[in-house]
Amino acid sequence: MLNDWIFIGIFLLLAPIFPALALLIPRLIAPRKPNPLKTETYECGIETYGETWVQFKVQYYIFALVFLIFDIEIVFLFPWAVAFDQLSMFAVLEGVLFIMILVAGLFYIWRKGVLEWV
Amino acid sequence: MTVLQVIFLITAVVTLGGAVLVVTVRNLIHAALWLILTLFGVAVMYGLLSATFFTVIQVVIYIGAIAILMIFAIMLTRRVKQEAGSSVNKGWWLAGLMSLVLFTALVWMFSTWSGFQTTLPVMPANVDMVKVLGTALVSPNGYVIPFEIASVLLLAALIGAVVVAWERKS
Repeated sequence: MLNDWIFIGIFLLLAPIFPALALLIPRLIAPRKPNPLKTETYECGIETYGETWVQFKVQYYIFALVFLIFDIEIVFLFPWAVAFDQLSMFAVLEGVLFIMILVAGLFYIWRKGVLEWV
Repeated sequence: MTVLQVIFLITAVVTLGGAVLVVTVRNLIHAALWLILTLFGVAVMYGLLSATFFTVIQVVIYIGAIAILMIFAIMLTRRVKQEAGSSVNKGWWLAGLMSLVLFTALVWMFSTWSGFQTTLPVMPANVDMVKVLGTALVSPNGYVIPFEIASVLLLAALIGAVVVAWERKS
């Protein structure tokens, strides 16, 4: 049981090393001759103006709401999927029914036009 | 100290540190990111307790869904970046003192409670609890009706959310 967790622990330790190396190696081998003009922030080739912390209108918040519902669906489907190899046909169909009820909801919001990108 | 205790101490420090930063940091987006770290620390705690299912739920629901919802809520809030003065007031020491008293009282009460001394039942090593839960959820003798009702409830929540939040484009 604990050995399964060790793999995750190794991943957690190894994962930060990759981006760290990607940042570190150029720092060591790349030539660096900074001047004020080079280090200036730019945005698509033009000079920046205003603050960098801007609050943009998240028009796709509805996707977050829909995602939330299907995320909770995962909670119920996860143990079902883990036990999948021991389940009877009836139990498998119960899970399929569970998904189908939510697929009906997916069709509803699809017809409603929620899934269209604004 | 065993390895597990070292991992527990590191996790505890990271979780508590993150939690303190959530309430003290001024930038709300940063607070949300620290909250994600705190929730991840709690997930590691569940892992240390061998509560596999709770670990998965913590990552999927709390980090995956609640954190995203919070960031969206921050993005949709008007004047979120306006400075609103200090987050502590003159009575902060009183609140701190009261919290300390309450915490000590709770620890004292729990340590004298008989249930605190019970040792956890050791799970049989070859039984996967998630598998047991999965079988029980869909078995006719188990929780199949609540399982299907949960699906209907989620459907209602989905349709309700869309009806409330969706504005038809004019």
